Amino acid sequence: MSFFPSAAATPGGVSIELDQVTKTYPGQPASAVDSFSLRVEPGELVMFVGPSGCGKTTTMKMINRIIEPTSGSIRIDGQDVLGLPPDQLRRHIGYVIQQIGLFPHMTIADNVATVPRLLGWSRKRTSERVEELLHTVRLDPAQFAHRYPRQLSGGQQQRAGVARALAADPPVMLMDEPFGATDPITREGLQAEFLRLQSSIGKTIIFVTHDFDEAVRLGDRIAVLGERSRIEQFDTPAAILTAPANDYVASFIGSGAALKRLALLPLTGARLSEAAWPLGQQPRLDPAGTMRDALDLLVVTGAAAVDVVDGSGRRLGALTHGDISAALVGVPATGGAAS
Amino acid sequence: MAYSVPAGLGGLTTFVAGRSDDLLEMLVSHLLVVLVSVVLATVLGVGVGLLVWDRRIARSVAVTTAAIILTVPSLALLAILSPFLGLGWGPTVVALVLYSLLPIVRNTVVGLREVPDAVLESARGMGMAPRTVLLRIQLPLAWPVILTGIRVATQLAIGIAAIGAYVAGPGLGQFIFRGLSSLGSVNALNYVLSGTVGVILIALLADALFVLITRVTTPGGLRA
Repeated sequence: MSFFPSAAATPGGVSIELDQVTKTYPGQPASAVDSFSLRVEPGELVMFVGPSGCGKTTTMKMINRIIEPTSGSIRIDGQDVLGLPPDQLRRHIGYVIQQIGLFPHMTIADNVATVPRLLGWSRKRTSERVEELLHTVRLDPAQFAHRYPRQLSGGQQQRAGVARALAADPPVMLMDEPFGATDPITREGLQAEFLRLQSSIGKTIIFVTHDFDEAVRLGDRIAVLGERSRIEQFDTPAAILTAPANDYVASFIGSGAALKRLALLPLTGARLSEAAWPLGQQPRLDPAGTMRDALDLLVVTGAAAVDVVDGSGRRLGALTHGDISAALVGVPATGGAAS
Repeated sequence: MAYSVPAGLGGLTTFVAGRSDDLLEMLVSHLLVVLVSVVLATVLGVGVGLLVWDRRIARSVAVTTAAIILTVPSLALLAILSPFLGLGWGPTVVALVLYSLLPIVRNTVVGLREVPDAVLESARGMGMAPRTVLLRIQLPLAWPVILTGIRVATQLAIGIAAIGAYVAGPGLGQFIFRGLSSLGSVNALNYVLSGTVGVILIALLADALFVLITRVTTPGGLRA
């Protein structure tokens, strides 16, 4: 039994389509969101990125009807969400907000169990799911299940918030700057964990952020939004970095577009050159890194090349400045390194 | 009059010892009338609070009405109620309920409104119906604030209950009024004093009880 028909057939996500979605607040001449149309493929992680007040959050919140659209249609897995009962709908869409909003009077386990209980799951199934999820987000149940939110650090609370949103295994997740309130080190950790998690669960995710670097790091595709949630460009991170559609997008990328692209290029699959020197003469790099790590090492050491050496000590090849520049040119304009 | 004070205090212990049965009965009925009134006011006040907290006009009307009631002098209110409700428990309980409403309604409204937006939004976002959000999220979170209102109402009611004796209501007010009406007699001061000390004792007892109730009923995550 599943709320969205194909969620049962495909364990990952389902599609989300927004069609001419508009939000106008009474008494305001301009609409907050103006005929927004976009299709998100099943299992895709799409980033909405734009400045504060551009309407990106409003757009996202219309999908689970926290904000009701004025006109247009929104379909999840082909079903018009505006025709579904809002409370029922929301139980099948994961929702994470920046302030987390854990219930302070409930334990972490009870917080995570919220949606399963609303859905009437048995006690046994709920508690098993809670335990499984706390493991998934790396909060040891023995240690955290019976704690209250205020007894957790900001990063731990955010992970509990993600676990709560995932509780009933919704095919769709909406995330509103979920890591925005955490310090940079915690944020990087959370982002890395989030990517690891997403690679295993494959939800369809809409993730709102004002941080372009976060969008590049996490997104399969990025929608760069301008005033009134206008889509300035909707493409893969590599494609946007390579060819920004206009000055607005270029200004949003900021400086260092080439460096940001290098960070998207993994060394595995990179075109390496033959090394004509004995191993040990040049600095070495693990193939788990990116082209940006290679350049970083070249700059820091002043060496002419780095050796890419795997865990068993086998040299896979070498990278020179020329190889790295060539890699930038070689990236196809769309669908490059996103996967 | 200077000689009557030491004489009165000296005789107080004998006075109390001689009337311990009366006093105990009055203490109990005083507590009982306050308990009944505050329970009724809590049901009514929290109910009103739950209905009006998110409606601007209804909210103002409820809180302002309760505030106006509180400005009516207790003797006057009892005098107004008595023709309709007779003497004794009736007018006393109604007056106490009316006076207790303000702190309870106001604290319920404030407590429900103080719940952070993020908590409300995540509750809605997970598919809780508005009534579920109110009863399962807002009410428990507002509970410490509501309880403070009930505590204030109780203190208020304990004091005002003494005036209930004016319409032959139960409680220690009977002794205070007997003392007032027999001013100049030997036991006048003893009547007033024993009644007053009794009221103070009840107030202290009630407050201690609330410390306990607060500790037991505050949800774990909210305890300081």
